[in-house]
Amino acid sequence: MSNDALLVLDRVCKSFGPVQVIDEVTVEVHAGKVSVLLGENGAGKSTLIKMIAGVHTADSGRILMDGKEVKIPDTKASEALGIATIHQELNLVPSMSIAENITLGRVPRRFGIINRREMRRIAREALDQLGLNLDVNTPVGDLGLAEQQLVEIAKALSLDARVLILDEPTAALTNAEIAGLFEVVNQLKAKGVGMVFISHHLDEIAEIGDFVNVLRDGKFIATVPADTDESELVRLMVGRDIDAQFPRQATVPGDTALLSVENLSLGALENISLSVRPGEVVALAGLMGAGRTELIRAIAGADKYSSGTVKIAGKKLPSNDVAAATRAGLGHVPEDRKTQGLVLDASVAENIGYATMAATAKGGLVDRKGQRARAESVAVRLRIRMGNIDQPIRSLSGGNQQKAVFGRWFSAGAKVLLLDEPTRGVDVGAKVEIYELINEITASGGCVLMASSELPEVLGMSDRVLVMSQGRIAGELATEQATQDSIMALAVSNVHREDEMGKK
Amino acid sequence: MSSVATTPKKGFDFKAFLANNGALVGLVVLCLAMFIATPRFLTGPNLMNIGIQVSTIAVMAFGMTFVIVAAGIDLSVGSIAAISAMTSSYWVTTAGLPDGLSIIVGLAIGGLCGWVTGAMSAFGKLPTFIASLAMLTIVRGLTLVISDGRPIATGDAVSWLGGDLGFMPVPILILIVSGLVAAFVLNRTIIGKNAFAVGGNTEAARLSGIPVKRVLVTVFVISGIFAALSGMILAGRLDSAQPTLASGYELDAIAAVVIGGASLSGGVGRISGTLIGALVLAVIRNGLNLLSVSAFWQQVVIGLVIAIAVGFDVLRRKNVRH
Repeated sequence: MSNDALLVLDRVCKSFGPVQVIDEVTVEVHAGKVSVLLGENGAGKSTLIKMIAGVHTADSGRILMDGKEVKIPDTKASEALGIATIHQELNLVPSMSIAENITLGRVPRRFGIINRREMRRIAREALDQLGLNLDVNTPVGDLGLAEQQLVEIAKALSLDARVLILDEPTAALTNAEIAGLFEVVNQLKAKGVGMVFISHHLDEIAEIGDFVNVLRDGKFIATVPADTDESELVRLMVGRDIDAQFPRQATVPGDTALLSVENLSLGALENISLSVRPGEVVALAGLMGAGRTELIRAIAGADKYSSGTVKIAGKKLPSNDVAAATRAGLGHVPEDRKTQGLVLDASVAENIGYATMAATAKGGLVDRKGQRARAESVAVRLRIRMGNIDQPIRSLSGGNQQKAVFGRWFSAGAKVLLLDEPTRGVDVGAKVEIYELINEITASGGCVLMASSELPEVLGMSDRVLVMSQGRIAGELATEQATQDSIMALAVSNVHREDEMGKK
Repeated sequence: MSSVATTPKKGFDFKAFLANNGALVGLVVLCLAMFIATPRFLTGPNLMNIGIQVSTIAVMAFGMTFVIVAAGIDLSVGSIAAISAMTSSYWVTTAGLPDGLSIIVGLAIGGLCGWVTGAMSAFGKLPTFIASLAMLTIVRGLTLVISDGRPIATGDAVSWLGGDLGFMPVPILILIVSGLVAAFVLNRTIIGKNAFAVGGNTEAARLSGIPVKRVLVTVFVISGIFAALSGMILAGRLDSAQPTLASGYELDAIAAVVIGGASLSGGVGRISGTLIGALVLAVIRNGLNLLSVSAFWQQVVIGLVIAIAVGFDVLRRKNVRH
């Protein structure tokens, strides 16, 4: 089989600092075939395709194109080899026309002046290859997302791409749009284009893929035919041991809900209802884009929701009002501490103190001594490792930065903690310390709602699991009974499709 | 990731001091150079002159510091200075209302203008550059409307702002007092600390429960009030409010703040730095005047100084971070 391979990644490795993100992975792309990359978030799929696209270079291993070893030091080299990548974030200029976008960077010129007729001809030809009936003068920003994606594919074809990488192309598309995309993929197969396809939805994999390469924790697990049983695929994807790194000390939860959410809707989120009792840790599991972060942010008051209510201890919170939520005892550890959690140039003490600054001020004056004392005591309690409390928080390690965000809410006496990927980018030692903080909150009668992409963390640290899919809660599991497989099965379930089938 | 400038060391770290106080070192060097070039530089009357010159720009720049710390920019301060001087003079001279209230009226007008800019940007979602650019024109236009394009004589209270108290010029006193007030508000109050948080990372501030919109409006109100004070000093010195008063001063105020080490991307800035920045500009102007350098060339020199000062600062930050 490897004789006719178009592109081969042969035992490639890549590490970022001490973290080995890709470990001896071998993947083949064949002409006229769709090779699926399957794995959990963080399994190494994006790093792998970035190697093909020339964004990252492999530390070791070989890349073969038509059986010859090649180097792909940058994106230009990748393009020259006939490799095109369609990222989730499309690389189009919305204000420019389809024709201008397709010829971007290689505008046809005559005597130094843009040859618009030639430009339109190239674009027309590219669109025709896909059977797209769009006016090439339309600004790309006027198109829907699905059409934009097809324009990007057309652009890749006009560059004579032989290998096309599609990174979760269906994530934001409707069912009808997905069908349209798959039609195009089938045409490209017939033309002999080799494709790499990333998707979390197992039903799509069977429909469009030829074979599936499963990755887990940066390691190559297996290549199986695309018609492999879904449960087998899930097992391959998540099958790893949970080690004893999760010191969850369950407490007997109280009777009345501390946090309750009723019929909350916003954007893709539809009618979410949930409640968390004192002493409880409820995990929100689901794939990227399932709506976990949106839900956490809405509850925290960071975004406005169109309908529904959020209550803390029976008291209704106003929508889109972080200050009110904070006063009611809610704390939010956001997804990305660097862009949402911390003021990086400010000191550790200031970062810990933001949530208590207004509440402790007297006559508009900051309670400097008190703020400092509180920050120092929290830093000691949370074992934040630092030179001193006035040092800019930028200079701390990721784990200690994250503990400082927790410290802000500990210092404010928050009873309800909303955690979004609480241990992302945190080393193992600090992870355990963060888990101990979660235990501390529940032991003192608080509760935690934790969105996490790491299933071992979900299973190891929660009491109940709510699995989200496509903006809804697809199901609830008691953690003792949950397995990675049962969570994954709910996470990849198509709640909309099931709805439609239910109606029929 | 370790940051060099932050490790506390016993004793005086001269290198760190130099790195953190580039503008101050620049100012000292500048003064020495001026002293060597012309002995008239270091005389009592000349220093007094510099003090008066610097006061209007510095007071305006103190207010600007709040806006820049909160990651905004306020282009309307020159126009606000003019309308405040004009309305406070109109209040007394044209309308015949009590002189004692004229300064308060001027400050209130300044605060109101700042509030409008802040509201446009916080609630209307206009970038601060655009909101304040719009106000620059609107407010200057209103000043011309009120005055019908003619200067109005100031009342006694506003004239006093430009006068002397014993041997001490009142503008220098105002400079000192307003500098202390500004530094206090910026460093000790919720208003100031919130401005730093919002400028440093708006989203993180918002998710910590800091009322970002209110902070944005507040810094513009502060900027407007300081601009008004500056405008009334300027009018007081001339005993008349000109409709074109302080036109173009916003650029000097911004330059002073930036030379003083503030970052236009927000979260960083000091009132002492702003004062030094304003002094650097004033000393250069004064020295070049003493040396009879043409006003045309002065502009070239000032532009170069801004570029060099900020360039050094960018380099310094880069070195500290990596």
